Amino acid sequence: MASTTQLPVPPEAPVRTAAAPRPDVRRGSRFRPNLLGGLGGWLWLGVIILPIYYVVVTSLKNQAGFFATNPMLPPAEPTLDNYKLVLENDFVRYFANSVIVTLGTVIPALFVSFMAAYAIVRGKGRFVNWTNNLFLLGLAIPLHATIIPIYWMITRAHLYDTLLALILPSIAFAIPVSVLILSNFMRDVPNELFESMRLDGCSDWAMLWRLALPMTKPAVITVGIYNALHVWNGFLFPLILTQSPDTRVLPLSLWTFQGEFSVNIPAVLASVVLATLPLLVLYVVARRQLISGLTAGFSK
Amino acid sequence: MAADSSIRRAARDAGPSGWLALPALVFFLVFAVVPLAGVVFLSFTSWDGLREIRLDGLSSWATVLTDPVTGNALLVTAKIMFFSFMVQAPISLLLGVFTAGGQKYRAALAVLYFLPLLLSSAAVAIAFKALLDPNFGLGPGLQVPFLIQDWLGNSDLVLFVVVFVIAWQFVPFHTLIYQGGVRQIPTSLYEAAEIDGAGRVRQFLNITLPQLKYTIITSSTLMVVGSLAYFDLIFVLTGGGPGYSTRLLPLHMYLTGFKANDMGAASALGVILIVIGLGLALLLQRLGGKNRNASQLEGA
Repeated sequence: MASTTQLPVPPEAPVRTAAAPRPDVRRGSRFRPNLLGGLGGWLWLGVIILPIYYVVVTSLKNQAGFFATNPMLPPAEPTLDNYKLVLENDFVRYFANSVIVTLGTVIPALFVSFMAAYAIVRGKGRFVNWTNNLFLLGLAIPLHATIIPIYWMITRAHLYDTLLALILPSIAFAIPVSVLILSNFMRDVPNELFESMRLDGCSDWAMLWRLALPMTKPAVITVGIYNALHVWNGFLFPLILTQSPDTRVLPLSLWTFQGEFSVNIPAVLASVVLATLPLLVLYVVARRQLISGLTAGFSK
Repeated sequence: MAADSSIRRAARDAGPSGWLALPALVFFLVFAVVPLAGVVFLSFTSWDGLREIRLDGLSSWATVLTDPVTGNALLVTAKIMFFSFMVQAPISLLLGVFTAGGQKYRAALAVLYFLPLLLSSAAVAIAFKALLDPNFGLGPGLQVPFLIQDWLGNSDLVLFVVVFVIAWQFVPFHTLIYQGGVRQIPTSLYEAAEIDGAGRVRQFLNITLPQLKYTIITSSTLMVVGSLAYFDLIFVLTGGGPGYSTRLLPLHMYLTGFKANDMGAASALGVILIVIGLGLALLLQRLGGKNRNASQLEGA
């Protein structure tokens, strides 16, 4: 890079910084503590943690305590009543709906995207190129602008207020980015492996599952998590395509709890905590995979 | 089909046939491409969401283009786009560099920084609604008079509250992208600069920033294009109010279609949203020159 070779040497260049490179040193600034950076870092921690602290602490208060005590102080007598109230209000059903919609979207989406990525990477011809370009175009378009025709299609197909109504468009919306990432990874699988399997008389179907899948497994997991997070937290499709409590998913249930409990803020916040808990557990046990899943579209 | 023979020939030559891409293609055509055409078609109709769709020429477009609320929604969208970029970009960049440092405490802080990523937009909005309450929220809790305001009810303040909450939710994601970018910078560059006696600021300006060029382009594109998708957060947090002060384009589209039952006008707004999104993506791609994501998009 031109910009780095032209690094000007300041006249008062101190000699002491000319330390021998140590293998464990990642950044040069490691030698002196970066006070300003540290200060900013702790400040941002406050910005992030205070709201979370407030939510957790408030969810443990009873309503009288909420109105009487300082909002930022922990409750005098912590209670789990709010959690009980949320659980009694069909929280488990909404949770199950979210699980069904998420798995029902992610598994088929991965399946069809994986096959498409294989065809795009290994295949030739206009059809495959054209398909690939169409998916790439899908990345640039804000697809949620199409909610009105989607609403029309779902009502015409008599799928309104079913979980399938959420699953079908979610699969379609997950395809472009999934195909992009999976095909990027599949390009790294050496061609010779495919060729030698071909010589052994393997079909594409066999190569797909016995060679391509094992070789791109980390990418498949990453894409799966990426899509799962999007669907799990999705709000717009449930808002316009479902209505009854039977088909309510978690993010929408938070919104309706807010309406039902109204002034019972501790209970509303308990529902927020409960809805976040599954992802928190995932974050604790599989932080690396979750983090790579979050940035899936941009890491490769 | 004319393409069939070429597909079959390609299959015999080396790669698989295109049919592996077919399931993904069908899903995408039915639930993304057809709705895309549908939103254009519906913009020339009048429909209340229940009864028959009637062709209605340009009347929906006339309604949308003469309605001052549309202009206001565009202005609000532009404001939120600009301010949230100006707030998020520098913070994420600095935090990304900070968390990429080798120190143990920075890694520990990073674990906490990423917590907002686990919350759905609905959860974040509900948490901040409680937190910003002038009677029972953060302000009275910390006893800071400045923080005791009717944040969500004051139309002069609410836009900045929205920008802050957006930053709270999305800075962690962009921090993650920058952290990944910084970690890919070769350590040797910093060691060389260290030997040349370049200080921390100079290293940041002459090594880190130029090396992060593509990361900055990627992150900025996502921030700008992503701000067209801040629907659920603002819907739950303010509902577009007070008045029209936070009614940005996607929210305006939803409210026009599903609350005012004017699906024709909402479709016209959807078309505007798609055109803006596509235009921004192309513009940013041109501004940023070719990077990996952009060059892949260019095929489209």
